[in-house]
Amino acid sequence: MNPFDYRRAEDADSAVAAVAGRPAAAFLGGGTNLVDHMKLGIANPELLVDVTRLPLGGVEPLEDGGVRVGAGVRNSDLAADPLIRERYPVLSQALLSGASGQLRNLATTGGNLLQRTRCVYFQDVTTPCNKREPGSGCSAIGGWNRYHAVLGASDQCVAVHPSDMAVALCALDAVVRVQGPGGHRGIPLVDFHRLPGEEPDRDTVLEHGELITSIDLPELPMAARSKYRKVRDRASYAFALVSVAAALDVAGGRVREARIAFGGLAHKPWRATRAEEALRGEPATARAFGAAADAELADARPLPGNGFKVPMARSALVSTLTELAGEDA
Amino acid sequence: MTELLRPRAMGSDVARLEGWAKVTGTAPYAYEHPVDNPAHAHALQASIARGRITGIDTAAARELPGVLAVLTHENAPALASTEDGELAILQSGEVHYRGQLIGAVIAENPEIARHAAALVRVDYEQAGHDAEFSAERDDLHTPEQVNPAFATDTAQGDLEAAFESAPVRVDATYTTPMEHNNPMEPHTTVAVRGDGGLTLHDSTQGAHTVRQVVAKLFGLDRERVRVVSPHVGGGFGSKGLPHSHVVLAVMAAGLLEGRPVKLALTRQQMFSLTGHRTPTVQRIRLGADRDGRLTAIAHDVIEQSSKVKIFAEQSAEPSRHMYAAGNRRTTHRLALLDVPVPSWMRAPGECPGMFAGEVAMDELAVACGLDPVELRLRNEPETDPESGKPFSSRNLVACLREGVRRFGWQDRDPEPGVRREDGWLVGTGVASAVYPANVFPGSAAAIRRTADGYQVRIGAADIGTGTWTALSQIAADALGVGLEEIDLRIGDTELPHATVAGGSSGLSSWGSAVVDAAAAFREKFGTDPSVGDEADGTVPDNPDRKRYEMKAFGAQFAEVRVREDTGEVRVPRMLGVFAAGRIVNPRTARSQFVGGMTMGISMALHEQSVLDPRFGHVVNHDFAEYHVATNADVHRIDVHWLDEHDPHVNPVGTKGIGEIGIVGAAAAVANAAYHATGLRVRELPITPDRFLG
Repeated sequence: MNPFDYRRAEDADSAVAAVAGRPAAAFLGGGTNLVDHMKLGIANPELLVDVTRLPLGGVEPLEDGGVRVGAGVRNSDLAADPLIRERYPVLSQALLSGASGQLRNLATTGGNLLQRTRCVYFQDVTTPCNKREPGSGCSAIGGWNRYHAVLGASDQCVAVHPSDMAVALCALDAVVRVQGPGGHRGIPLVDFHRLPGEEPDRDTVLEHGELITSIDLPELPMAARSKYRKVRDRASYAFALVSVAAALDVAGGRVREARIAFGGLAHKPWRATRAEEALRGEPATARAFGAAADAELADARPLPGNGFKVPMARSALVSTLTELAGEDA
Repeated sequence: MTELLRPRAMGSDVARLEGWAKVTGTAPYAYEHPVDNPAHAHALQASIARGRITGIDTAAARELPGVLAVLTHENAPALASTEDGELAILQSGEVHYRGQLIGAVIAENPEIARHAAALVRVDYEQAGHDAEFSAERDDLHTPEQVNPAFATDTAQGDLEAAFESAPVRVDATYTTPMEHNNPMEPHTTVAVRGDGGLTLHDSTQGAHTVRQVVAKLFGLDRERVRVVSPHVGGGFGSKGLPHSHVVLAVMAAGLLEGRPVKLALTRQQMFSLTGHRTPTVQRIRLGADRDGRLTAIAHDVIEQSSKVKIFAEQSAEPSRHMYAAGNRRTTHRLALLDVPVPSWMRAPGECPGMFAGEVAMDELAVACGLDPVELRLRNEPETDPESGKPFSSRNLVACLREGVRRFGWQDRDPEPGVRREDGWLVGTGVASAVYPANVFPGSAAAIRRTADGYQVRIGAADIGTGTWTALSQIAADALGVGLEEIDLRIGDTELPHATVAGGSSGLSSWGSAVVDAAAAFREKFGTDPSVGDEADGTVPDNPDRKRYEMKAFGAQFAEVRVREDTGEVRVPRMLGVFAAGRIVNPRTARSQFVGGMTMGISMALHEQSVLDPRFGHVVNHDFAEYHVATNADVHRIDVHWLDEHDPHVNPVGTKGIGEIGIVGAAAAVANAAYHATGLRVRELPITPDRFLG
């Protein structure tokens, strides 16, 4: 681990100024990912600005019917929050399916969004990786890519985003509120993470020095019936092979609206807009759910090691929607 | 063999004597031993799989405040013995596998050492390497013997003819992946040099083994080397023999003129430096008559080894003893590769070999239309099928029958893929287990009368297994006194010589020496000795070892659920029934069996070291990516043992229980997964994708 400076931020303004003013500075939340990366030589910040004491720890209802989640709220607390459990169960379930109890106690909402990929080659500085060292090559292509992307990848990078929470937020149309040197802005979560394209080293659209202050969940009554289904190699403490976040609004046996996002398939949480389109007005049957999944997965380009993800994602979606439709009936 | 030791303390459910010290953090593990003014080393590893170092630039590391020295092949001492290719490190710039030790940075604290290690620049002349394991290679090597000293190949009768003419045949190939032991406590060594001598606080399964190896490597008088190791946080074989980091720690301490050096490997480093279980490709051929009576058994194994040191796992060995058949053949071949050095991992040989053999038996049961338990009963041999010797005791049949009763196997519908519950396919499976009842010669024990009782001294190891407690119980019964009168001393080469805690031999070997010492003590001093009276003993020669085959047996039963939509696999319950001689301490024994079966579930469903042949190293080298079973993967595990009285194995009557719990467990799970789904998975681990089109 490189030597580094540490500063505890007193308020958001000074935190942003401190990081913005130094190219190799970073915010420190729970540190569950960043500190690992520092030990492994993947991240070498010269300055860490600790933002865990900032007043960003609340979960509050908004006047427009939504809920604001402070960026400093710990994953365990967010998962257990009554407002979240009642209005957005998919989010609570997604959080509880991630990491371990110990990690969730430390990890923050803002930090969770900024988790970096668990691609083994990214995590090993002795192997080439375009995400870690642009231009060095992608070792996962032609290597071990069981966990890698089947949608939206590029020939530069086939990594996937590891967060469960972000998949639920993606389905819920959450908005990420950030404060930067130039002021405040809101970024829809679906636009927050990037596909790798030619710049796989950039995970998000955040600019250097921008601090996540909260995540706003819009009012979404249909989300009261929502589910997160995570498929993984072991029963806990494993990243998703495939995951599905879904909410379903069914009336008279027909789908009025669906909200669907996939995890484990792409470089970002994958909002399944084609599947949502395909379902609108259709009968709430396994057959229609399957057709919707097929519409979304038509562009899937599996790697030699992960072809199973396509049927797995299809099955997980059909099962999840079928369960939700059953609850609705 | 004469009468077995009469149990009084033995058989009672004594809690671990060192348990309180462990849970309060006062039991010192190797790295925690307080030493005066320690320096800390961080290992440097090769980043190529084969070639030669042409230059090491250590300037930036050495200039860092707090760095004391940098050890490389340029300033390392010449070793007195270089015949062990794994241990002969830093003798040249040659690189034999990726991750090989090429030096160390020694600094005031571990953080500085690790940072400085990242500043060392190494130039290589890279040579082409070969790290791709495959059974299709045309350059497979025939080892001289397989671990530890078994014949490489065996043959009896006319296998080919018997197999070809058998009315029912199974011919299938099974694969198991490379795996890593991953004990909780990483490998650590504290080296203290001074006055021409050397003290090591080492995380090891055998202090005396470490002393012997280190003394030879460094040309030191054995008496000048002391190894201390009272508590060890697991080993599973990876600490059975010293690995190269021990050599590195000793060399590092040599650079500092008397200052102790502490070295801990990181979890990632363990994946290239502390041994691994070889991947296997195993072809099994079983020929039987229509009643399921075997006429032919062939077990042909292909494994990998490093080129720098050959280790051949005895995976076909169990097939030499399990079932009767007149025509037999077992073989072992190796792909010699530029990869890290394989070694022992819990039940080497029996564990991967019985996966293949016991899944093949399940396939034969299906082919014969027989219940898999009944198939095994029909093939129970009268004597050892290959040597012809009688078994000292063999209670496989009793284990299977007891398991049938306890597991509720009687009403099992053999039809696969038909039981559904809430979206899960449900099935059950069975497999046999076997493990040799080893006693290793060479251990010695000394017993001395003290004011409070008896001090019992032997350089044995407790690797979390319960030796402190169980060996004290044996000593109490051997002396005919209460457990509270025993003051056991283990884990130090200052104590009489003891063999390794490996091959499930520990309690049987050390217990034999303790019983011998106690008999000598009583003979010399009677029942009213004086303080200071002392006698010693060794492991007596046991002529029965030549007359009998000595093995523990067991039967594993598993229930498996496979999710219909996504293929996720769960093991809601397992039962293991074992016949493993006398059980000295039911509490610690139960832990051992449950631990073995847990590791068996882990092997069945999760464990897999992924070696990327382009680079030559294991790429999933941490606990996020190398999966071991978590609490959520392990549900109900029931353990039962038969009250087995074997007067031949050793004076204590123990057969060893450290390994048999894992043997057959993965096969039982795999067989249950077949019964659940109708899909036969012959490749470990059994991951969800195996069940998706």
